[in-house]
Amino acid sequence: MSTRELTFAQAIREALDEEMARDERIFLLGEDVGAWGGVFRCTEGLFQKYGGERVIDTPLSEEGYVGLAVGAAMTGMHPVPEIMFGDFITLVMDQIVNQAAKMRYMTGGQVQVPITVRATMGGGRSSGAQHSQSWHAWMAHVPGLKVVVPSTPYDAKGLLKTALREPNPVVFFEDKVMYAKVKGPVPEGEYTIPFGQADVKREGKDVTLVALSRMIHPTLAAAEKLAAEGISAEVVDPRTLTPLDSETLVRSVAKTGGAVIVDEGYNHFGTTAELAATIAYGAFDYLDAPIERLGAMDVPVPFTPPLENATIPNEEAIIAAVHRVLDGRKR
Amino acid sequence: MPPRKSPTASLPLPAEELLELYRKMLTIRTFEETIYDIYRKGIMPGLAHLSDGQEATPVGVCAALRADDTITSTHRGHGHIIAKGGQVEPMIAEVMGKVTGYCRGKGGEMHIADVSLGILGANGIVGGGMGIATGSAFTAKREGKGRVSVAFFGDGAINQGIWYETANIAVLWKLPLIYVCENNQYTEFTNSQKLTSGEGLAARAKVMGMRALEVDGNDVLAVYQAAHELVEAARQGQGPATLVCNTYRYGGHHSGEPGTAYRPKEEIADWKARDPLPRFEKVLVENKVISPDEIEALHDQIHNRLQMAVSAGQAAPYPDVKEVREHVYA
Repeated sequence: MSTRELTFAQAIREALDEEMARDERIFLLGEDVGAWGGVFRCTEGLFQKYGGERVIDTPLSEEGYVGLAVGAAMTGMHPVPEIMFGDFITLVMDQIVNQAAKMRYMTGGQVQVPITVRATMGGGRSSGAQHSQSWHAWMAHVPGLKVVVPSTPYDAKGLLKTALREPNPVVFFEDKVMYAKVKGPVPEGEYTIPFGQADVKREGKDVTLVALSRMIHPTLAAAEKLAAEGISAEVVDPRTLTPLDSETLVRSVAKTGGAVIVDEGYNHFGTTAELAATIAYGAFDYLDAPIERLGAMDVPVPFTPPLENATIPNEEAIIAAVHRVLDGRKR
Repeated sequence: MPPRKSPTASLPLPAEELLELYRKMLTIRTFEETIYDIYRKGIMPGLAHLSDGQEATPVGVCAALRADDTITSTHRGHGHIIAKGGQVEPMIAEVMGKVTGYCRGKGGEMHIADVSLGILGANGIVGGGMGIATGSAFTAKREGKGRVSVAFFGDGAINQGIWYETANIAVLWKLPLIYVCENNQYTEFTNSQKLTSGEGLAARAKVMGMRALEVDGNDVLAVYQAAHELVEAARQGQGPATLVCNTYRYGGHHSGEPGTAYRPKEEIADWKARDPLPRFEKVLVENKVISPDEIEALHDQIHNRLQMAVSAGQAAPYPDVKEVREHVYA
C-alpha cells in the first residue's frame, strides 16, 4: 500500500468520503458543511459528490439538528452532525447527554443510536473565550458516549472510519489548529483503528509522557530535546478517552517510574486528573515521583496572544515538568 | 361482542374501529387509576405522572396512524403508549421496576418505550422528544414509504427552544412530522396562560409556515378528524403541521399531589363535565355501536385485566443486579 502525506483535514475528509461511499445510511449535516465545504474544509467536494440529500446545510440550530440526528440514528440512519466550534457543544448538551447517551439504556436495549458528532477543540488562534475551548473531558464524563481525540492524520482517518461503523454515539474531537498545519503519512486504501487502543508514539525508559490530540506534537518535540539531554521519554497517546486503554498507560509507567500528562482541556476535574488517577492506581508501586499534570490553565481562554499562550501547555513547560519528575525521583 | 356494521354515515370510522377507540380510552383511564392505586399502596417506586382526563387526544391522534408511523411521548405518556398499541402488562411491570417491563425496569414510569410499535420512547425532558421525532420524520422522508412521525408534548414544551429549531427545519425540509400539543392548561403547577405570550402554539406554528389546527381535545372524533387530515397531508409530502388539543389533567402534576391547591374547584368541575369518556359513550350508544350493558361489561373486563397485570407485576422479579452495566453500549 502506498502512502502519501495528508493534512489532518484531508484525512478527515477522506474518511468521510470512503465511509459515505460504503454506507448509504451515513449523512453529514451542519452549518456550511455543504456547498461551502465546511469552514475548516473537512467536507470539501462531498456536497458535489453525494448531493444535498446527504451533505446538508442546516440553520444555526445546533440543538435542532443534533436532535434530528439522534432521531434519525434511532430509526436506522448514521448521521454525522458537525459542531463547528466545540464550544457550541454546550448548546446540544440535552441532545447528547440526555437523549443520545441514554436512549439505549432507558429502553432496556431496544435501540441503537449510531450518531457520530464531530466537534472541534483547541485554542491558540486568538479566537477568544467562546471559540477556543476543549470539552472532551466533559463528554467523557457521560456514560453511553464514546470519545475520540486523534492526534495525527493517520489516527484521525482510521478512528473516524471506526466511529462511522459504531452502533453507539461517538463524540469525535478534532483540534482545529491541526487541520491545515499538521501533515502526516496516510496509506492509500482501507484501514481502521479500533477504539480503546493507546498508541506509543515514541518509546523510552526514563519517563512516560501521556498526551492527546494536538498536545502530542509539542510533547514529541519535548521528547526529542530531552533525548539530547540524555533523558529517554516514552510518549503515549490514548487516542480514545472512552473506552480508555488504561493497560498501556499503566504498563508504560511501570516501566519508566514517572509520568507527565499533557492535555489542552482544563486541569480542574479534567482529563489529566482522570489519567493521573488511572496511572496512580495501576502503577502505584512503580512511581518514584508525583504525577505531573499539564492541562490548560483554569481560566476562560484569553484573546491576546501572550495571555492565551500562557494558558496552553508547551514544549518548555513539558520539559520543566519532566525535570521535576526526575528530580523528585532523586530525592 | 359480535362484529357490527357501521352505524351511521355521520361517524368517521366503522363501528369496530369506534369501539377500539373507546376500548383504548377506557384502558388509559383504568390504567391511570390503577397506577394511582399502586402508588398509594407503595407497590411502585418513585412518582407517577398521570393523564386521566386527557384520553381522547392520544387515542384520536393514534387512530389516524399506521403501525409503522412513529411517536415520541412525554413524562405524562401512558396514554400515548396505550393509544399506539402498547400492552398494559409490560407497562405495569415497567412502572413497578420489574424485569418483565418494557424496558426491563431500567426506564421506569417516565420512559416506557416499545420501538417495535413505533414508540420511540417517553421522554423526561420537556420537549425532549421533538428532536427524535424530527429525526424519525427525516428517515421517513428518505425511505419514501409515506410514513409519518408524531411528536406529542404538553403546553409547557411550547416555550422550549427546540420546538422553534426543529419546526423551522421541518418546514424547510418538508418533513412528515405532526406536532401534537396536548394543552392540559397547566405547566406543572402554573396556568400556562401566565407563561405563554401571544395567541399560543397554533398561531406560532402558522407564523413558522406550517398548517395548524386547534380542536376540543376531549372530543375523540374531533381529534381524530383533525389528525387524519394533517397526517394524510404529511404522507402526501405536504410537510409538517401542528395540532393543538385542548384538554385537562384531572390529577396533580404527579401522583404525590392532588392538583387542587393551584386550580379552582369550579374549573376542575367544569372540565369534568366535559369528560371525554361519557361524551364518547353517549355517541356510541346513540348510534347503537354499543349498549350500556356492554359498556359495563367492558369496564369489568378492562378492570380485571389491569388487576391481573398488577398481580403479575408483583409476582415478577426485579432485574438481576448484574444487569446494571448492560445496555450502556451496543
